Amino acid sequence: MSTATGKMALALASAALLFLYGPTGATAQTEGDTINLGAAVSLTGKYSVNGKNTKDGYDLAIKRLNEMGGVKVGGKSYKLKIVYYDDESTPARGAQLAERLINQDGVKFLLGAYSSGLTKAIAPITEKYKVPHVEGNGAARELFTEGYKYLFGVLSTSDYYLRDAVNMAAEVAKENGRDPKSMKIAMAFENDPFSLDVRAGILEAAKKHGMKVLVDDKLPPEINDMAATLTKVKAVKPDLLLVSGHEKGATLLVRQTSEMKIDVPIVATTHCDSAKIAETMGKQAEGILCASQWDRTLAYKDKWFGSADDYAKTFQKEFNYPAPYQAAESTASVLVFADAFQRAGSLDPAKVRDAIAKTDVMTFYGPIKFDETGKNTKKPMVLYQVQGGDYKVVFPSKWAETKIKYPRKLPTN
Amino acid sequence: MENLRLLFDAPILTVQLLLDGILIGAIFALAAYGMMLVWGVLNIINVAQGELVMLGGYVAFFLFKAGINPLFGVPVAAALLFVVGWLLYRVVIFRIVDKDLFISILATFGLSILIQQLAKVAFSPDVRTPQAGFGTISMFGGAVTVTWIKIISFAAALTTGGVLVWFLRGTRMGQAIRATAQNARAARVMGIDTDRVYAWTFGVNAAICGASGALVAMTYLVDPYIGLPYTIRSFMIVIVAGLGNISAVLATAIGLGAAENISAFLFGAEYQIAFVYGLLVVILISRRIVLARQRRYLA
Repeated sequence: MSTATGKMALALASAALLFLYGPTGATAQTEGDTINLGAAVSLTGKYSVNGKNTKDGYDLAIKRLNEMGGVKVGGKSYKLKIVYYDDESTPARGAQLAERLINQDGVKFLLGAYSSGLTKAIAPITEKYKVPHVEGNGAARELFTEGYKYLFGVLSTSDYYLRDAVNMAAEVAKENGRDPKSMKIAMAFENDPFSLDVRAGILEAAKKHGMKVLVDDKLPPEINDMAATLTKVKAVKPDLLLVSGHEKGATLLVRQTSEMKIDVPIVATTHCDSAKIAETMGKQAEGILCASQWDRTLAYKDKWFGSADDYAKTFQKEFNYPAPYQAAESTASVLVFADAFQRAGSLDPAKVRDAIAKTDVMTFYGPIKFDETGKNTKKPMVLYQVQGGDYKVVFPSKWAETKIKYPRKLPTN
Repeated sequence: MENLRLLFDAPILTVQLLLDGILIGAIFALAAYGMMLVWGVLNIINVAQGELVMLGGYVAFFLFKAGINPLFGVPVAAALLFVVGWLLYRVVIFRIVDKDLFISILATFGLSILIQQLAKVAFSPDVRTPQAGFGTISMFGGAVTVTWIKIISFAAALTTGGVLVWFLRGTRMGQAIRATAQNARAARVMGIDTDRVYAWTFGVNAAICGASGALVAMTYLVDPYIGLPYTIRSFMIVIVAGLGNISAVLATAIGLGAAENISAFLFGAEYQIAFVYGLLVVILISRRIVLARQRRYLA
């Protein structure tokens, strides 16, 4: 073998090595003056509808930020871009794609996928490669009990869904000259991870206010009759009735409290917007409280989009459908990155991570400030009350459009 | 046993639980009549029973959506589902009539998944509540409440049971069905077109399920996945009541409804189905013991 071919082989080998390991290192996440973010979203499969909401939310944020001149990092302006892959709604594929984004595409900042399941699969990967991961669509509490340092969630975790219903009840009780300690709770939950998280949150809040839990039932997933549980509720006459059982639970609650004349001053549930209780159940739904992550009528404001309502209008114009909260929280995730890049003054993932951890920013989606586990504890959940056949925001009282009707008057059918 | 104490403190609750249970039980009885019929005549355990109930529920819902009182859904669902049942027999069921019991379970299980998924695609997975709007009766100063629709369902279940008895005893087709159930071969020899009898039987079964589905949707709700509990309950009721005894089916169904409701109150709704199964095991074992003793006398 001559030295010439030897040299050539060496050159080829090093070229191949460069090719393999090329797009890593501190400069790879930028191309010229563009910062690349990465995301695996569900464009096909069972989450395809919400996956599209997520992508639209991300795209709208990127468009807006670039229109405003991009982000300034250390005196230089950068545009933003997102590298997308379709995770097909499967966690294993999501994890694979996260590896690919980090190792092959050289992405150093990851946006979340849709759903807790996918986020749970991707979080260990971003943790392993020390890549900041900001998500707006994984609400499970356990995402933030694993000690992840690089995962941040802008949304309220599932244990917050009905926590504020208890807090609100305490507030209302005080206004009406009653000691929250004298209040009694009846509650029922489906036996799934989400609802059990909701339950844990309620128990903590009840303990804080010294309220007593009298009924604590679990509902089977094939539930189609809550009569036995509600008979118990009728007997103990609680001040609050709280239920988390997805669309079926919400529907049965509304229907059977009305039919069985279960008169409880505060009745709150999850999933009533997706169960469309106000639209389809008429008077029976009056006065029911519903938990939600975000609403366009809230008085939140930021420098990027203006008010929550402005955001909803911009979104509608861009995508021709009303902004769901899934899109709003996705947009907010991008804003967290933009804010952190500017404060970090660097694109070093470790520095950006520290800047994200110190985030304290107001957005159209609500205030964002992460606790030490990475979840946003500053944004309260929104509570709607069905009033006159419509969902009206009644809590948090500071941002709400209408006052709560208390006590709930049992609708006559 | 805090819940038990609650019952002692307010015995009126027992009335509520029993009433609810008895009235629900009547709806269970309907689907169970159908299962008994198909089991007895075709020797098929129809696992797709609950899906036929679900389809009946959607008939009520679509009438409701069109502005018609969903109560009309009961006869309409029965008529439509008779056709569905007939078609199911002509396409699938006739192939498995003389086959092993396991093949029939497998085939109808496949059917149940197919119907469920088609319903999801066609009707969306949303939860629907067609309401007849008859209101509620309050008794004992509001301590006990009963919805009119449950009372109507109860009456409908009794009526359907009566019609079924008359149909089986009083009509030529009914007699042919009974003859086929007793001995299919002999019936064929006597000139009965058993294939037609089977198709009728499956059609009648689907019609009864459809009627019960319309009642279920009006009493509770309907979505593509409500079927399974009804299949399971029908199965259990027929096992306990035995084939060929309509009044036993009704009695078992009502007993089951009451037992379910009271157990859900005492142990929590989560253990409702577990309790029912536990009860089934106890009944089967005790029956075996009784039978074994009788056999010993005979020997």
